[in-house]
Amino acid sequence: MNDFAHLLDRLAYEPRRNAKLRLLQDYFAHTPDPERGFALAAMTGGLTFREAKPAMIRGLVEARIDPVLFALSHNYVGDLAETTALIWPGSATRSPPPCGEELEVGVVPLASAQGQPATPTPAPPHKGEGSPAPIGHNNPPPHVPTLAEVVETLATTKKAELPAHIAGWLDALDETGRWALLKLITGALRVGVSARLAKSAVGALGGHDADAVEEVWHGLTPPYEGLFAWVEGRAARPETLNPAPFRPPMLSHPIEEESDFEKLEPEAFSAEWKWDGIRVQLVGGRDRAGEQVARIYSRTGEDISHAFPDLAEAVTFEGALDGELLILREGRVQSFNVLQQRLNRKAVTAKLLEEFPAHVRAYDLLTAGGEDLRPLAYEARRQRLEAFVGNLDHARIDLSPLVPFATWDDLAAARADPASVGAGEDADAIEGVMLKRLSSPYLPGRPKGPWWKWKREPHIVDAVMMYAQRGHGKRSSYYSDYTFGVWRDRPEGGAELVPVGKAYHGFTDAELMKLDRFVRNHTTKRFGPVREVEYGSEKGLVLEIAFEGVQRSTRHKSGVAMRFPRVSRIRWDKPPGEADRIEALERILARGEREVAPGAALEGGE
Amino acid sequence: MGERAAPYIAAPMPIRASDLLTLTREGLYCPLGRFHVDPTWPVERALITHGHADHARSGHRAVLATPETLRIMAVRYGEDFCGTRQEARLGETIRVGDVAVRFAPAGHVLGSAQIAIEAEGVRVVVSGDYKRAYDPTCLPFEVVPCDVFITEATFGLPVFRMPDTRDEIRKLLDSVALFPERAHIVGAYALGKAQRVMALLREAGYDRPIYLHGAMEKLTELYKREGIPLGETPKVVAAERPKLHGAVVLCPPSTIQDLWSRKFPDPVTSFASGWMRVRARARQKGVELPLVISDHSDWPDLCRTIRETGAGEVWVTHGQEDALVHWCGTQGIKARPLHMLGYGDEEVESAEAAA
Repeated sequence: MNDFAHLLDRLAYEPRRNAKLRLLQDYFAHTPDPERGFALAAMTGGLTFREAKPAMIRGLVEARIDPVLFALSHNYVGDLAETTALIWPGSATRSPPPCGEELEVGVVPLASAQGQPATPTPAPPHKGEGSPAPIGHNNPPPHVPTLAEVVETLATTKKAELPAHIAGWLDALDETGRWALLKLITGALRVGVSARLAKSAVGALGGHDADAVEEVWHGLTPPYEGLFAWVEGRAARPETLNPAPFRPPMLSHPIEEESDFEKLEPEAFSAEWKWDGIRVQLVGGRDRAGEQVARIYSRTGEDISHAFPDLAEAVTFEGALDGELLILREGRVQSFNVLQQRLNRKAVTAKLLEEFPAHVRAYDLLTAGGEDLRPLAYEARRQRLEAFVGNLDHARIDLSPLVPFATWDDLAAARADPASVGAGEDADAIEGVMLKRLSSPYLPGRPKGPWWKWKREPHIVDAVMMYAQRGHGKRSSYYSDYTFGVWRDRPEGGAELVPVGKAYHGFTDAELMKLDRFVRNHTTKRFGPVREVEYGSEKGLVLEIAFEGVQRSTRHKSGVAMRFPRVSRIRWDKPPGEADRIEALERILARGEREVAPGAALEGGE
Repeated sequence: MGERAAPYIAAPMPIRASDLLTLTREGLYCPLGRFHVDPTWPVERALITHGHADHARSGHRAVLATPETLRIMAVRYGEDFCGTRQEARLGETIRVGDVAVRFAPAGHVLGSAQIAIEAEGVRVVVSGDYKRAYDPTCLPFEVVPCDVFITEATFGLPVFRMPDTRDEIRKLLDSVALFPERAHIVGAYALGKAQRVMALLREAGYDRPIYLHGAMEKLTELYKREGIPLGETPKVVAAERPKLHGAVVLCPPSTIQDLWSRKFPDPVTSFASGWMRVRARARQKGVELPLVISDHSDWPDLCRTIRETGAGEVWVTHGQEDALVHWCGTQGIKARPLHMLGYGDEEVESAEAAA
């Protein structure tokens, strides 16, 4: 566990991708099975155990530390695992020795703990009881668990016994170890390493690339002993048992209007609408018994078939379709607001299936009848796709239409008004256009050049900062989450600001420093982690907010909620009295997005 | 009502802490002594605890501070940083207006002092910024028993338990040994922290030159003149940067991500600060090698100090005041936060110094 913790710690401070890769490779090369396999699983989200709930961790700490002090600390640090690791009492504050330095004998029984097969569920260590102290120790060092031991214990231990195990581990580990353990067991292991980077590191052990690992990945389970044996040349390539595997998708880059278009020739590209749904992969195949297997994967390879049984039924083919999951009613694509109502449900009921029927608008064909089409040019794949969807003839799956254009100006016009070029009533669910190079094969990842996205202009509103809250992660301890409001008439006359949303990105780090300073110097009230700042028609700070749409909300006092609000500019110059009014948002809501041209400036407050 | 019934007798009222110290727009003010302590605006008479820019500003008419602090202010702001100046010797009682003041070492940076203000047997101590941890560049903190203790709370949360500075310096030296071809760029506040890091490096046996960013030079020379041995500390010559393989380079924190530091050979970004205790803080600054070295008291030392002063009342100037005020409550000590603005901006100071 300490080696793993040390790796995570180094990764967390290492900004360079290649250096991260080296650290990972080094770890995988020098760590035995099954420890390294569980580490790989931890970094790729492949561990399944009952996660420790944050409330339980909090309970453990609060039994040892004044809850008020703990809450203030947590609020400041912005991360439960780190707060707990730092505040946990009774242990040395000494940080682990740097890499390369030998551990003092007896401080941590690292060497003996490493490499041992995990013993099934050892009892939590109790000092001064059980096994006699080793010679030379008055106080036997607490037992530092291996990662394998932690994973297996979590998988087999009864819920009621979990807190005692975790407390024992926290007592035994150092600060870094506690941090890593807590990140792991609360399922929040984000350390700046993507699953793909971890797979690259594993592949590199045997000169394979990440895609080669990706191809065999689905169907493998932790601790991946077969995978390591293969990359190290000790065994054959693992048989993919999954007849309907996920293939890493091809992603696009946002286009820079000022600089990119002049370098691109329109005749080399095809255009499609950019649909405002969720990217999915529909994969069908036959298992060994000859039964049809249908899978729906999210963009990241998560199997979401169970949430969309209506769509899974449509996967009657053998092949892999890339497309957008959308809700269609009477042939008309519904807005993302509607789709969200289906996504947010836990139970998939008959009523839900009926009210929110899922469809896929297909835009690529990766395999068909066992043939891998990805090396083909887009143009050829598109022809195959059109024939494939035509033959399929299923109401749930249709073809994403092409957007005709000859010049970039044509395309700009189509993007500004999709309805004018055949999108018809579906225009609501279009969030821009996609450009795909006709000659490009299907390349996993985000290669620069072949695919571009050109999103439509966001809506803009000038709002006034009202409250600020400290951020998390990278922004922890800075006031980086801002609740903002717009003006509305007070029933008794005059105007008041009413909160309409919250934004926590869109500004640079340098701007964050200024915003943070503004909050600290203009605080009028404090409510725990939240500060109220000075605002009014004369005083306060105007934030220009960009957003994608407006929906009805019962949660907000204003009755409206914005989609993807972010700070597009900080208007240090603008008097708050000149910020926008609530009617500006209600107009977008009431008329529907098509009638207020996206990007058009909204009328001012008065 | 019953109390009111008694006839009013013009007996001298016992003095209250608020007669000795109140909070004004300019900062802490002593009405009986008619002076401010560490005011953030120019005032008639200022008593200064230490030379950091958020506490020691220029433009006051009269300044009373330790000789070291006065010399630091002269180096930073020029000889004409105030109208008249008076040296306060540590331990010496000085009459100011109707109160007696005494400066006692605070252990924060060279010349830093706490200021005890006393009248009619009531004593208030303004501690300024202070620490209890080992520092070879200044006198150690002295506990001054008092009725009201004014404390900072920069690191006033129990997550702040600072490690032994010698282990942190060891981390730096181990990294230098591990990457002998890479320059190690260590961000450190120009006053105090930088010189403390140099002194600790020397104590750990590091005898090679320690390179300095231009903004560090004057104050480091001042430390040397004050008799603190820091060894050879050449200023970085811009053109030589690509040749400084394996060098330890000290610069203001604002410079560690600048283009200036990118010209060194494959630089390792390091930062010596108590904030490095929190991972996210280190990442925010793009720090690869965090060194947890603080010139402020950590949580256990804040609590210990408050107890040792025996103060019945504690005022918290700036920092994480809520937690410390809460803790005082659990200990039966009256406490209130002052929510003072303008303090705790040492980073701004360094940015200015670098400019």
